[in-house]
Amino acid sequence: MVNRNVVGAHYGLRDWIMQRVTAVVMLAYTVALVVLLLAMPSDFDSWKALFSQTWVRLFTQITLLALFLHVWVGIRDVWMDYIKPTGLRLSLHVFTIVWLTGCFIYSVKVVWGLQ
Amino acid sequence: MQKQRPKHLDLGKIRLPVPGIVSILHRVSGVALFFSLPLLMYLFAGTLSSAQDFDTFRAIIAYPLMKLVLIGFLWAYLHHFCAGIRFLFLDVHKGLELETARATAKLVLIVSLVLTAILGFLLW
Repeated sequence: MVNRNVVGAHYGLRDWIMQRVTAVVMLAYTVALVVLLLAMPSDFDSWKALFSQTWVRLFTQITLLALFLHVWVGIRDVWMDYIKPTGLRLSLHVFTIVWLTGCFIYSVKVVWGLQ
Repeated sequence: MQKQRPKHLDLGKIRLPVPGIVSILHRVSGVALFFSLPLLMYLFAGTLSSAQDFDTFRAIIAYPLMKLVLIGFLWAYLHHFCAGIRFLFLDVHKGLELETARATAKLVLIVSLVLTAILGFLLW
């Protein structure tokens, strides 16, 4: 009788899929932004007008959220691959979470033009 | 008895194949972009600011060193972008054949470098 003790938190596949899905979101945003930029006149007013539209802000914010989730999986994988001492690796995980949370809050301020 | 077998663990002697180079550069560029996030968002905020702040922003990006750093991040983005598309295709088992995989890896390296050169030249 095969008695396999499967261990782990089972977040591997979920994170793997999340990294791919968020990549596709960023791919779509990049293509859309390039098309929009090529279609409009390249001056300061057009640039400001583009990012004052709610749907552009929303698309930007969703993409940035996707970016931070994508970065979390990627950077965490880097720490897991190269940093062997547990304490240091945990500290770097915490640093990454704090860094990305800070980036996310700052991105809300920037995207929505909060003062 | 211990046999004398060649050990290919000498990093100086291991020649990384082109797909391997693309892979490690994907990782390197990803880590670089991770650290660039606050700067890039700060500069993005600068492009959307008032007239006075916009002048400050322009002064910041006028430094040649800053331009070089930004072109470095531009390459990191383009390489990560192109290599990422390649990896998505590999994930759905497209382009797994050795010859194709090598050709697309070279394509990723060349396209990201050429795009960086063109955009960097235009934006300087």
